[in-house]
Amino acid sequence: MVKLVGLVPLFPLIGFLINGFFGKKLSKGLSGTIASVAVLASFVVSLLLFFDAQHLPGHKAEVSLFGWISADTLDIPFEFLIDPLSSWFLLIITGIGFLIHVYSTGYMHDDEGFQRFFTYLNLFVFFMLLLVLGNNYLIMFVGWEGVGLCSYLLIGFWFKNTDYNNAAKKAFIINRIGDLGFLLGIILIFISFGSITYGQVFEKAGIVNESVITTIALLLFIGAMGKSAQIPLYTWLPDAMAGPTPVSALIHAATMVTAGIYMIVRSNVFYSISEVAAEVVAIVGVATALFAATIGLLQNDIKKILAYSTVSQLGLMFLGLGVGAYSSSVFHVTTHAFFKALLFLGAGSVIHAMGGEQDIRKMGGLKGKIKVTFITMFIGTIAISGIPPFSGFFSKDEILAHVYEHSPVLWFFGMVTSMLTAFYMFRMLYVTFWGTFRGTHEQAHHLHESPSSMTIPLIVLAALSVIGGALGLPEFWGMPNWMHHHLDPILYRKSVSMLSHETEWMLMGLAVVAAAAIIFFAHQLFVKNRVLPEANEAKLKPWQKLIANKYYVDEFYTAIIQKPLDMIALAFHKFFEIQLIDGIVNGVGNSVKGIGSVIRLVQNGNIGMYIISMVLGIILIFLTLFIL
Amino acid sequence: MLAGLLVVFPLVASLMLFLMKGRQVRNLALGLSVIPFALAIAAYMQFKHNPDSSNLLLNCTWIKSMNIHFALGLDGMGLLLVLLTTFLVPLIILSSFKTEYTNGHAFYGLILLMEMALIGVFMANDGFLFYVFWELALIPIYFICLLWGGEDRARITFKFFVYTLFGSLFMLIGLIYLYNHTYTVAGTKSWAIADLYAAGQGLTEAQQSAVFWLIFIAFAIKMPVFPLHTWQPDTYVTAPTQGTMLLSGIMLKMGTFGLIKWLLPIVPLGLAKWGGTAITLSVIGIIYASCIAIVQKDYKRLIAYSSIAHVGLISAGILAANQQGVQGAVIQMLAHGVNVVGLFLIADILLRHTGTRDIDKLGGIRSMNGNFAVLFLIVLLGSVALPLTNGFVGEFLLINGVYQFSPVTAAFAGLTVILGAVYMLRSYQGIMLGERRDAAVAFGSLAGSDKAVLIIVCAVIIAFGVYPKPLNDLAEPAVKQILSVVNK
Repeated sequence: MVKLVGLVPLFPLIGFLINGFFGKKLSKGLSGTIASVAVLASFVVSLLLFFDAQHLPGHKAEVSLFGWISADTLDIPFEFLIDPLSSWFLLIITGIGFLIHVYSTGYMHDDEGFQRFFTYLNLFVFFMLLLVLGNNYLIMFVGWEGVGLCSYLLIGFWFKNTDYNNAAKKAFIINRIGDLGFLLGIILIFISFGSITYGQVFEKAGIVNESVITTIALLLFIGAMGKSAQIPLYTWLPDAMAGPTPVSALIHAATMVTAGIYMIVRSNVFYSISEVAAEVVAIVGVATALFAATIGLLQNDIKKILAYSTVSQLGLMFLGLGVGAYSSSVFHVTTHAFFKALLFLGAGSVIHAMGGEQDIRKMGGLKGKIKVTFITMFIGTIAISGIPPFSGFFSKDEILAHVYEHSPVLWFFGMVTSMLTAFYMFRMLYVTFWGTFRGTHEQAHHLHESPSSMTIPLIVLAALSVIGGALGLPEFWGMPNWMHHHLDPILYRKSVSMLSHETEWMLMGLAVVAAAAIIFFAHQLFVKNRVLPEANEAKLKPWQKLIANKYYVDEFYTAIIQKPLDMIALAFHKFFEIQLIDGIVNGVGNSVKGIGSVIRLVQNGNIGMYIISMVLGIILIFLTLFIL
Repeated sequence: MLAGLLVVFPLVASLMLFLMKGRQVRNLALGLSVIPFALAIAAYMQFKHNPDSSNLLLNCTWIKSMNIHFALGLDGMGLLLVLLTTFLVPLIILSSFKTEYTNGHAFYGLILLMEMALIGVFMANDGFLFYVFWELALIPIYFICLLWGGEDRARITFKFFVYTLFGSLFMLIGLIYLYNHTYTVAGTKSWAIADLYAAGQGLTEAQQSAVFWLIFIAFAIKMPVFPLHTWQPDTYVTAPTQGTMLLSGIMLKMGTFGLIKWLLPIVPLGLAKWGGTAITLSVIGIIYASCIAIVQKDYKRLIAYSSIAHVGLISAGILAANQQGVQGAVIQMLAHGVNVVGLFLIADILLRHTGTRDIDKLGGIRSMNGNFAVLFLIVLLGSVALPLTNGFVGEFLLINGVYQFSPVTAAFAGLTVILGAVYMLRSYQGIMLGERRDAAVAFGSLAGSDKAVLIIVCAVIIAFGVYPKPLNDLAEPAVKQILSVVNK
């Protein structure tokens, strides 16, 4: 059975090739169907593998395809690994991926680049599957950069728009900064362990110097900062919303951006050994979670709100990783994939209905007009806000409980983040769906529910967002935490909660009460009092302006990195290259020429002159002979 | 037998072309240039079967009084470079089909003559013969640039010629110095490579240091390595596209190949003392040239600078003198050769279709020719070393090799990963994406010959990115063999 693992990435690859080579000749229906069926087929195989993997000896199986790169002691096979972690991610990627493919057949229906869109989407799924299936760090890196390429292509999908192209370029370049860290980390792993295959590395991790482990862990984490949009490398993700909305759902919410989480869970050995590295992960995570959540408070673009929310939620997952709650973070990856994909797709449905409008200030009162979209998005919003018994409640609560155990201070910031989350999410929901319609007359006339190809994925995801919490029921309730047991075999240090039941109940109660209070507050503000986000930016208070402008971080980066780089480049070009280096070269050349032109004067064709110099020469020779 | 044929056939083909007349000469040139590739494939088969086959060796006395031999041979690395050369020459010729060159017979004749000299460089096992081929290669390319080049070609080509010739003289001095020392190790003065190795290794550290710099300068100018590179951008821009392809695709590999075969094993002590300095220069060159590439307007000049950056990494990897670094260099030489031919063809296509290569004047070509956009993108990805393209395998090994020399240096060298993306994506966006600009109005579809070359290049980029094993299988033992001499 595990031998079939190659089929999982193969199907999307075939879909990619068919659409890539013959897409123009295919009808939109056929093209979309091929792409969707390819991912569905992967999902089916992934399911079979998943159940099969439960019975594997040692909980894992390695499947070698071919020898890839070999240089003396460095031997890197193209090899896949099936274990509890990879098989679970396979299900998320192909399952959510399939739903989003189906959704896209509706969403992209009128786009002239329809076939091209599915080509890229299939290619993305292929690379994402490689990322989680690889049995060594370099295969992970292949997928890692491959999904980065697809992200680039899809952010800049509408390639005539310069802003979108800039966003795409920015995403690729910032990710490459992270990738360099990742690459150096891989090299250090090879140098320290003589191998980069997971199994061989992890079994020796205990005997390698801890400072080396810390360096490796931090280098890998730089990669994760890029891909999973953590401070300071997060700025590309909000801009990435330039891509079509299904792309935001699949790549920039549910799957690709969680690659950093996957990488750290996969490498949990390092972070369990190196407390320094783990602490760094936790602090960067909580800082990002809080920082992005505050920005989310004052965004008015429906996709930007969700984007900052994603950055913030990813930060929460890293916080969980930093305190050693690996399975809780994977649990949150899963529930987040459900409700954030749902929210993005719902936002896409809203945008679709609004004829391309993304500003929530120009929406309002949509709940009666697009019912399915409204109800499903409502569910998604409750789920992310942490209201029981929806899925987000369980996963977030589990992370926060572990954080509390580690450090009440970090827990406090995590709590604040989730309160902010509840606020900006309900702000988005209320402003969009309640109140009166604020769009144009034409838009009001045009308002309609999306086709079933779009609403069915919404309904499925909404159902998952409701029941997804069952994957990880709290153990102190006396319930089985399936996720915890499932991931147990791949964890180096098992996380066992030492908190008393009373404390756990108290934390949970506090979280629910806080969320409920915030939602009530938002309701008063946006529904009762009909407060609307300020349309005129000039009227914002200074602190609001600061937040609305995302703390001017982009401007800051431009000033300290982009501008200086351009200036250095120009200085190199205009001064060092042309004046200095080439100046010296030409100077040497010219002086040789100059000397030549002086010496040439001697050969002037005057025979008398030659005779005189000959005589002088002979005299000179004799003189020297006599003197010596 | 095969060894001799590999060198002689291009010479014969070249002479035939010189004697031809008429427009059809390019078809003949293409046909003739495929034969050396077939011979190289035959050599590959032979080598796989038996690396020590006498078919791949040739050794006869040439100038008895100085003990100079016409000695040719192939190891895995030489074979790879011969394969690269013979593979690229037909592509280069094919890429010229849309350009009308006056005196085509001389043009193609010179290309084939150049091929002969290049193959000679990669096969020579005699120091003097190596030097002869090395200098011989300069003559045809000099005329190609001088006769068919662009603006200001006389001055620029002259500078290129003098600069590289000047560098080679240092190498000649170094080689003669070694030759004079072979007496002590071989009992007689000898140019044989093994004797030169032994002679060099017998020298004191100070002597080895002197020889190191004498020879390194020649190679460094050829590649070129910072700060000896200023002849390169002008020459690349002015030379006709095929000349640029020959220079960057193959000729610069003479320098990197030379480092591996004709420098590392000769002066291990000199390398130990000065390798670090040379690596630092190489790495400075990576960052320096990458930065300059960012602000270039002329796409051809941008590629020229990107080539300096790539070569800097190759050079650093070689000088790190470990298996990963040197093997990575060999793999990257092949990848760079193929990719840069693709890139320069793209620059040529832009000029032919729009009348300009100025990035600021171009834009929106993608909406007029999607196929070209895809092919261009694949070549670009190979050039920025995305995994599963040929560029990645070498780059990963190279950075790995440099890391073993010094992690900090590797981090700086690794900046190529980021800066490469910056200048490549910026220029791609400027040329291909966005709204259509005036210069690109009637881009049209690609000519069959251009399309064929680009498709072949792209196929190679992906094929050897996914499955580089055949290349590594040849490079790995060859590099191991050389390093065993270095570390003796």
